[in-house]
Amino acid sequence: MNIRIRIDQIPKESYSLPGNAACQGCPHLIGLKIVGKVFRGEATLVIPAGCSSIIPGYHPYTSLDMRVVHVPFASAPAVAGGISRALKIRGENMGPVIVWAGDGATFDIGFASLSGSAVRDDDIIYIVSDNEAYMNTGVQASGSTTYGARTTTTPILGKRDRKKEIDLIMLMHKIRYVATASVAYPLDFYEKLLRASQIKGFRFIHLHSPCPPGWRFDDDKTVEIARLAVETGAWILFEYIDGRLEISPPSRPYRDKSRRKPLKEYLSAQGRFKGITEEDVKIIEEMIDQNWRLIENLMSYFK
Amino acid sequence: MKSRERIKTAMIGNHAVAQAVKMARVKFIAAYPITPQTIIVERIAEMVERGEMEAEFVNVESEFAALSTTMGAAMAGVRAFTATSSHGLLYMYELTWWTAGARVPVVMAVVNRAIGPPWNIHTDHNDILTLRDSGWIIAMAENVQETFDMTIQAFKIAEDPKVMLPVAIGLEGFILSHTAEYIELPDQWEIDQFLPSRDPDKPYRFRLGEKFSIGNLGEDANHMMLRIAAMKAMYNAKKVIEESDHLYEKIIGRGYGGLVERYRLDDAKYVLLSTGAWSGTIKDAVDMLRDEGYSVGLLRLRFIRPFPTEEILKTLSGSKGVIVFDRDISLGKSGVLATEVLDYVDRDISFWGVVAGLGGVDVSSKEFASIVKGFVGEVEREGFTRRETVYYLNNEVFEI
Amino acid sequence: MSREIIVKKIDIDIDPTKYLVARPKKGAAGRTGLWRTFRPVVKLDKCIDCGICWLYCPEDVIFWEKGLKIKIDYEYCKGCGICSSVCPVKAIEMVREEE
Repeated sequence: MNIRIRIDQIPKESYSLPGNAACQGCPHLIGLKIVGKVFRGEATLVIPAGCSSIIPGYHPYTSLDMRVVHVPFASAPAVAGGISRALKIRGENMGPVIVWAGDGATFDIGFASLSGSAVRDDDIIYIVSDNEAYMNTGVQASGSTTYGARTTTTPILGKRDRKKEIDLIMLMHKIRYVATASVAYPLDFYEKLLRASQIKGFRFIHLHSPCPPGWRFDDDKTVEIARLAVETGAWILFEYIDGRLEISPPSRPYRDKSRRKPLKEYLSAQGRFKGITEEDVKIIEEMIDQNWRLIENLMSYFK
Repeated sequence: MKSRERIKTAMIGNHAVAQAVKMARVKFIAAYPITPQTIIVERIAEMVERGEMEAEFVNVESEFAALSTTMGAAMAGVRAFTATSSHGLLYMYELTWWTAGARVPVVMAVVNRAIGPPWNIHTDHNDILTLRDSGWIIAMAENVQETFDMTIQAFKIAEDPKVMLPVAIGLEGFILSHTAEYIELPDQWEIDQFLPSRDPDKPYRFRLGEKFSIGNLGEDANHMMLRIAAMKAMYNAKKVIEESDHLYEKIIGRGYGGLVERYRLDDAKYVLLSTGAWSGTIKDAVDMLRDEGYSVGLLRLRFIRPFPTEEILKTLSGSKGVIVFDRDISLGKSGVLATEVLDYVDRDISFWGVVAGLGGVDVSSKEFASIVKGFVGEVEREGFTRRETVYYLNNEVFEI
Repeated sequence: MSREIIVKKIDIDIDPTKYLVARPKKGAAGRTGLWRTFRPVVKLDKCIDCGICWLYCPEDVIFWEKGLKIKIDYEYCKGCGICSSVCPVKAIEMVREEE
């Protein structure tokens, strides 16, 4: 599906309204903004506990100009599946049902729900806006926190466990659409949403969302850090669609390891990696190399 | 004028639930297996796949997902149902509060089963009673016929705009769920007259162009008002339950008396109180005792929430003694029903709160009669007695 | 001094949507422009009308019309500085807010 979008083709209307409660420089807002514009506000968002429970502000108002159902932490994909099936039973065509979840809900507490929903092939788009920790509760480590990162529950040694390979897990559910995205590449995210919206069944998009207070960088650097993640190869942009796995254009140069920026540039820009040992940096580098090897192999597996 | 065909047959309690779900034209069921509920959803799955039921049936990965999915479907305007027991109910507990708090009209069958440890698949009432603060309407069926009738009525009560609360129907595991009894099934036309299709726009309007958020943060006072509003809905439910009972009787020919059933209470000096299927056994005991000249009757609570305050007050005033039978216990206090009823027992009325049958221990009608005789004997001897919690086990009534 | 409260009976709306349903509105968390320490100042003569700041602004407070360049809504702009950071020609400067 060849969908290319130009910046001036993106709708000007706003569906994630200003005057919300998000932190300055919050990446979730960039993500929500794109989601809103792709569907022109005609979508039902199911939001489990997390930053996005707070971002929309206070009842009786909300900053999201879409249909939104706030739900318990672990339940989002199951509730979304129920809503999606009910709307179909009623014959209502109201745009997609979208789970907008954080990494805590996705990798940890809602993992069973996520897997069950994918197995049932619920007709929903599942977007995890991943800031790599339990940010809403004050920066605690989650299953998505990268190795070596400091959080309040891994405060001195940094996280000893690896980041859970959620994309590979979702690929192995044999669903029709799995993609990664980044707030540094909003046009790429926009196009992926458009392509996903043409497919029925369970679709999964993993959006990289660097968090200024949580990762400890100044709030004007959000996009820069997200870009560095891609440019150092730490975050791989890919898309599995129509039975094929493709590296997305912004990540393609970095298939060549020599073209990747030094990992230290990405790590040193974030306070959560301050004081990280040389040994841990090497371990992270090895993990990144492994990920690239795995993706390259999967590309030839999914021909 | 369509001819009405009522079918007289025999069914186990679980099949009666499934049959009611079918005849109530439920459109969505999501469930997870747990003994002794499983047969309900197996029967529904069979009916759906055979085309006998026009509904969507979804197997989910846990009870937590079962209520999440059912709640989602019901929020989006479709008549929805799920079923569980014991540990399954505990696993979906977070969602029970969210469903009731969001005022979503789901109906759920709870096939009462003891909570472990140790593992135990036999019945007691503690599982459904965990819902008592949550805002769920709680009903308990005595026999297979009532199980069917209650399930049909549950949808009407839940979806009434003056109520909009989810309804849980308890049926004792194995005793009621797996026991075949005589049942008369109404004609589908009669059910349709009683229960019209669900208004999909209440309470939330999921339509193209509608923009809203359900459940984002607000002022603390707003939260309190939500609870108080749900309380008012519970009070409304009392009237709606009675109205539904009368309407059901008018159309289908069977009434039960609303929130409570009064059995041989008119001139009773001694009042017994209970809920659930074992009330049938207690009724046998009442008959036995009456034959022996005892002045005793049974007030069976058909609904535990909303609590039948007025009926209990009316029945208990002027009586000589009250026994509440609890097939449950609130550890640290006493039997749940005893706790709630004691408020309405005047200081000069004798009282026993009897906890029995926990974990599925069987209590026969003769044993019930013996307990009552013991109570009456104590009252006549001492002039007055008050024991908040006594236990019945192994042919003995004891305190600890 | 505390007063004696008399109990009264009130009528209450049981409709859950009154307490649970919120409607979209700008400023749902207040006038977030007040959060700023720095404000973005655009040098329109330097601006090349690319729209990149508009694309990235998390708050969606930048208005961009191709041909008309950009305008910022300072009522809600939180002053995060992302616009300044992503601008390819450095046409946006973050200036400290005066008290």
